[in-house]
Amino acid sequence: MMQFGIFTVGDVTTDPTTGRTPTEHERIKATVAIARKAEEVGLDVFATGEHHNPPFAAPANPTVLLANIAAQTERIILSTATTLITTNDPVRLAEDYAYLQHLAEGRVDLMMGRGNTGPVYPWFGRDIRDGIPLAIENYALLRRLWTEEAVTWSGKHRTPLQGFTSTPRPLDGVPPFVWHGSIRSPEIAEQAAYYGDGFFHNNIFWPMSHTKQMVQLYRRRFEHYGHGGADQAIVGLGGQVFMRRNSQDAVREFRPFFDVAPVYGHGPSLEDFTRETPLTVGSPQQVIERYAAMADEVGDYQRQLFLIDHAGLPLSTVMEQLELLGGEVVPELRRIADARRPAHVPDAPTHASRVAAAGGGRDMTVHAVDEVTGASPEVAR
Amino acid sequence: MTRRIVVVSAGLGQPSSTRLLGDLLATATTDALLESGMEAQVEVVELRELAHDLTNTLLAGFPTGGVGRALETLAGADAVVAVTPVYQGSYSGLFKTFFDVVERDVLRGTPVLLAATGGTARHSLVLEYALRPLFTHLGAVTVGTGVFAASEDWGSAGEAEQGLTARVRRAGTELAALAGARASSGPRDPFADPVPFEELLSGM
Repeated sequence: MMQFGIFTVGDVTTDPTTGRTPTEHERIKATVAIARKAEEVGLDVFATGEHHNPPFAAPANPTVLLANIAAQTERIILSTATTLITTNDPVRLAEDYAYLQHLAEGRVDLMMGRGNTGPVYPWFGRDIRDGIPLAIENYALLRRLWTEEAVTWSGKHRTPLQGFTSTPRPLDGVPPFVWHGSIRSPEIAEQAAYYGDGFFHNNIFWPMSHTKQMVQLYRRRFEHYGHGGADQAIVGLGGQVFMRRNSQDAVREFRPFFDVAPVYGHGPSLEDFTRETPLTVGSPQQVIERYAAMADEVGDYQRQLFLIDHAGLPLSTVMEQLELLGGEVVPELRRIADARRPAHVPDAPTHASRVAAAGGGRDMTVHAVDEVTGASPEVAR
Repeated sequence: MTRRIVVVSAGLGQPSSTRLLGDLLATATTDALLESGMEAQVEVVELRELAHDLTNTLLAGFPTGGVGRALETLAGADAVVAVTPVYQGSYSGLFKTFFDVVERDVLRGTPVLLAATGGTARHSLVLEYALRPLFTHLGAVTVGTGVFAASEDWGSAGEAEQGLTARVRRAGTELAALAGARASSGPRDPFADPVPFEELLSGM
């Protein structure tokens, strides 16, 4: 089944219609409420961004927020949009996301990104010119930390490791599924293809022609690296919608938020922006028509995430958007997607499907002393 | 093989002497190419028509409206004629805005002929202190002869040795020589031809 969900950047933005700005505390609690509501209305995925600067109340370490949500939900998959693979220590990523997997009973995957805030690199002692090399080296190490019990490693960008064991070990011996998000860098599409990981194109600020080019590159290279046919690659897209029963009401209500929104405010008109990007402002039926057609451009894909809580929209409005999304739009989009998708195109991997593919789950707990030899784990291997 | 000459004109008047200068330079280049047996095709990017879209491009972060097509046109050029009016002693803001949204390396190695128009010949060094450093930064190969046309040039005896027509002809010949010598490969496409991952990994 195709997955539908929401992703948030956690912006703390003034509501332009009231002049009121939420506190960080309000925004953080609202984010949790939004995630719970997403599950309640039947969505499959909640993903949070990672931020290190105002005006964002997205967590600096998404696992903190996701663990809290995991404790209050039963079914929804918790993910990121994105986890910074460039400025985070891959050892901490291996540890934190494996721990989250245990807390969330496997309802976890994550999306790697390089980040779009330049100063984050120097804040964490990195150089933005190393963005791509950091993404490549750090991820290569992260994979080893999840799959190998004792890692001896050296690279350019972090302290070497000797017989290091990242704990806890991934739940059931299966690391979380990884998506790689990139808007403009062919190297990242290439990376996702090489590993047979997912590729997510956050196309919300981009024309479809560009999205298509990136996805086609990823699909072609996925096949080249022997993971299956190009149409079997695992693709996710971003989206952005605002809905009211009557499309004129949607436009009237959303325009003041659009006009001054962070990122694109004061720029193209709402009409231009909706024509050139996936932003759809209108009735649920209009959203269904627009998003059902995305697969015509990029092929049958596995995950669609919507941005619905930014630009200062009040929590009550976001909740109404979720009702429409979960109540009317997603069931219809899911039906259309599942009807058109050929049988050989896979679903997005989940923890359960990955455990099954691995031939069942295995507990990988590393004990302080090996029961047989009495040696420490790095020597016992 | 047909050479693609792209004129980027930042003139705002209609008609515009900046555009006129661009057209003269394109014609001179085409004529010189023809003399060496090469065909040329001229395309013009009129920045006036893109002024709103360029501002939106800065704000939205992706090429809006006609900007995408203009950038593709530029990327496919075998030779560029870049011509701007002089405002406050430099290239115009509109001219700079267009080149601000050009992706890195798009103009690397591309021959570019620099040209400008202004009220008086006192501004003629704008080609050397403003335009040439910009295109050096972009990695373009700038033609030695730049052409500055002051108001008085449009009424002077063009055929004189130092007249506008002579300068245009010399500059066009120089641009044609660079464009003709350049292997016309079209723009590099990192999406069609990505760096293999093994190479990215081993580059670490």
